[in-house]
Order: sequence, then C-alpha cells, then structure tokens
Amino acid sequence: MVESEKTWHNLPDRVSSRYLIDKLSRRAVFACAAISLLVLVAIVAFILREGLPAFIQIGVGEFLFGAEWSLKGQEFGILPLVLGSVLATFGTLIIAAPLSIACAIFLAEVSPKRVANVLRSAIEVLVGIPSVVYGLVGMAVLVPVIRKLGGSGYSLLAGIAVLSVMVLPTMTTITEDSLRAVPRGYKEAALALGATHWQAVWRVTVPAAKSGIAAAFVLGMGRAIGETMAVYMVIGNVFAFPTSPLDPARTMTTHILGQIQEAAVGSLHLRALFAVGIVLMIFILIFNSIAFALRRRVQ
Amino acid sequence: MSFEITTKDLDVFYGEKQALKKVNLCVNEHQITALMGPSGCGKSTLLRSLNRMNDNIAGVRVEGQVLLGGRDVYAPEVDAVEIRQRVGMVFQQPNPLPKSIFENIAFGPKVLGMKNKTALEEIAEKSLRAAALWDEVKDELKKSALALSGGQQQRLCIARALAIQPEVILMDEPCSALDPFSTLKIEELMQVLKKRYTIVIVTHNMQQAARVSDWTGFFLMGKLIEYDETAEVFSRPKDKRTENYITGRFG
Repeated sequence: MVESEKTWHNLPDRVSSRYLIDKLSRRAVFACAAISLLVLVAIVAFILREGLPAFIQIGVGEFLFGAEWSLKGQEFGILPLVLGSVLATFGTLIIAAPLSIACAIFLAEVSPKRVANVLRSAIEVLVGIPSVVYGLVGMAVLVPVIRKLGGSGYSLLAGIAVLSVMVLPTMTTITEDSLRAVPRGYKEAALALGATHWQAVWRVTVPAAKSGIAAAFVLGMGRAIGETMAVYMVIGNVFAFPTSPLDPARTMTTHILGQIQEAAVGSLHLRALFAVGIVLMIFILIFNSIAFALRRRVQ
Repeated sequence: MSFEITTKDLDVFYGEKQALKKVNLCVNEHQITALMGPSGCGKSTLLRSLNRMNDNIAGVRVEGQVLLGGRDVYAPEVDAVEIRQRVGMVFQQPNPLPKSIFENIAFGPKVLGMKNKTALEEIAEKSLRAAALWDEVKDELKKSALALSGGQQQRLCIARALAIQPEVILMDEPCSALDPFSTLKIEELMQVLKKRYTIVIVTHNMQQAARVSDWTGFFLMGKLIEYDETAEVFSRPKDKRTENYITGRFG
C-alpha cells in the first residue's frame, strides 16, 4: 500500500471535549481572580460602613487631632496613635534603610554567588517567621537591654528595633532586585574609567537604582505601619505622646488590638476603632501608591 | 619603534573553556591596531585582558603576560584600577552614565579625588573638543547624556576616556551600533587621536580595519593567525585562513 504524503502517521481524531474544557477552565480561573477582588472591595466597604459614622459623630477634627481617648467621657481623639505609628515607621526606616542597602549591596555586588544564595534563603526564612515570635524574642532580648538605658524597656525604641528586623527582608530583597536591574554597561563604564569597585557601586549602580530603592523603602514603611502583634508585645502601649525613644507609646494597630475585646457591639467605641482602621488603611494606601509609582518608573 | 603593549603567551580561560591560546602581540605606540575575526574568535577577550576588565567575570583565569610599558599588568603587586586609568576603554554599546554630559566627563577625574570645579570644567572642555563633540554640546553640558544621539553618546564615551589621560585607548567594536555617518566621524576622530594615543580597536568590519588601522591582527578560535601591517594583511595575506576571511569565504 502506498501511503499518501499527508497521512504518513495517524493523529487522534478531533476531540471536541478539549474545547469545552478550554472554555470552562478559562471561566473558572476568571471567577477565582474575581473573588479576590470582591473580597477586597467587601472588606473596604465593611470598614467604611462601620467606621465612617464615627467620623461624623465625633467630628473629623476632633477625631484626628484630639489627644484624649476616654470611654467615660466618650472622647475619641487619635493624635497620639497617629504620632506613635508615624514615629515607629520613620524610626524603622532610619534603622532599616541603611542596613538593607548594605545587605543588598553585599548580596548583589560583593559576596560570592554561593554565599549570596545561602544568605538569600536565610532572608526568605526571616519573612516566614510569625510576628508573635518576633514579639517574644523582642520581649526576652531587646526589652531588658533597653531597660538598661532607662525606663521599663517597653518603649518606642523596642518597637522600632523589632520592626526594623521584620521589614529588613522586604527592603533588602527589593533593593537587591533594583541593583541587579541596573544595566551592566554602567558599572563597566565606571570601572573602565578607573573607579574602584566600591566607587562604581556607590557612585553609579546605587544612584541608577534609586527609584527601585525608594520603592523598597516605602513598601517597608507600609509593612511597618501595619504590623501589629510584635509591636504590641514590646512598645508598652501607653496612650500618650512619647517624648523620647525610651518612652512607651501606642500605635494605631496596637490600639485596635488592645481595645477590640472591650468594645461593645454597636457602640461608638467600636465604630471609633473601625475609624482608626480607616486612617491606617489610608496611610498604607498612600505608601503602596508611592511604591507602585516608583516601581513603574524603574520599568 | 617602541611597543606600548606586548602580550607574551597569553592564555585566557573562562572556566573550562579556553578563549585565547598563546597569543603574542606587539602593539605599536601611536598607531592604530585593529583586531578582526569572526564572532567568538577571542578578539574582544584579548582587548578586555589588556586593561583587566576581564577580572570582573566569574571564573576567568589568565596565564602569560601583558606588558604595558614593560610592566606586567597581571603582576601581583599591580592594581587593576591603576591599569584602567592608563588604558581607557570604549564599549560596543555607547554606555554613558545616567548623569549629565558634564558629570560623565568629570566622573573619571572625580573618582581619582579631583574636586576643583574650575579644573573639572577645563577638563570637560578639553576632552569634548578632543572628541569633536564640544561644538555640539557646549551649551547643554547639564543635559542628561542619555538624551544625546547614539553617535554623540559614543563620542562622549571617548571624551570621557580621554579625561583620565590614558596612554592607550581600547575600542570594542565602537561603531557597530552606529549609523554610517556617525561611524565616519568616529573613524576620522581616531586618526586625530592616534597622534597622542595608542589605539587598539576590535572590529567585525573588515573594511573598517582596512580603512583606519596601521596594523591588523586576524584571530580565529582563540589564536592570533596573522599579524602584520594592515596593507600587507589585506594585499598579501600569508595564511590561507586570513585570505579566506578577507576574501569573504567565511566569517
């Protein structure tokens, strides 16, 4: 028998079921993606519904700039909390920023590949440690050390120290990525012009990566301002304006955590706590938008 | 006639792979030496080993000697950074730093520790004039170097290399990313520069080698097959493989 040129081997007949599977699976993955968006919208809507009435009842100015929080007097002012969060966040930035740049430069530019790989895995493990464990270590190790400097040890500084360790992986990873994304030609140009390795890195690679590094910092700040448990365990939770890093303080997150069990359903107190949540979300939204814009500029 | 650079039995390995095999090359002072050959023949590797730019590649190993003015640049007491100040380099892709035109020129002197603004401005003008770029950019030295055209960027890279007063300038296919007109400008510039500098150029382009160089080396698979005065190489090649290459039978 002479085989025709077109059928020199046999393929299965057209199977129509695979078109059905194609269609169904496309819908299934779309539905899953849609659900995650829906959940986000639902959470935001819920918090707004619960919290916005508090703004109206208390008054926006009174709420944001008041310095008293008393259930008896039904006074709900959160300025000390906002300040506590902002101080903790910027304090974290001041400590973690230089450390993460140093770590990232080491990983991207200095260390041998194998060492970098080991370190990078270690950093990833650091991300996975539950925040309550960070809190425990902070209580057991940091607080006693800080106590020697003065005060009880439970302080803004302790919170900042714990937060710095917690945001370091995020900031280091993104900083390293942006350093690696700098075109090789820049560094080669610097070296060919007689720059030392360090000069090439510090004067060319780092400035060329500055948008990405800034994004890393802002994302780290977003994490710091939202972190709750670990901070709660070491910051002392005193509702007051801290006057030194050794003073105890309270942040928006730790305030919500500390008060939520006492807040009666339907009370202004509970709604005020949701309102704190709204303020917190606005901060995080701002941080994330800035980071997003910066990272887009990199691309 | 004195040799500016001499390589003696130079071997370069990337891991297991040997990229250069026993290369002996003498580069004459104040002349243009062209290195040509097909891709992967080792010509760029040789160029980059002259100013130790290969040091930064993981797994690279260099054996033999590269003598620069009589001193081995791979001797243990020699600092690669100092070598790169004496041997400037221009790359295949124009790679100005993402800084202003002025800062690109000032970068080399600045990393050497020079801070005086007036002196830096003088260097910038001199270097840009020497690279035939001054007239085009003198009013916009603060502008980003990335806004220049490809040809201008490459001349900026040459100017930047001149600013550190090298003895030798290495050019790694400096025109392959440029249009014919920009290429012509750079080739003209090379003729002027060779009065003061020794130039080694790697090129894919045989016509370019024939046009601009005084000496030509032909590389094949890591070996220097033929090295002679350019006119000699192109009119009376001694090796069959060189002849095949320049007559367009391969490569």
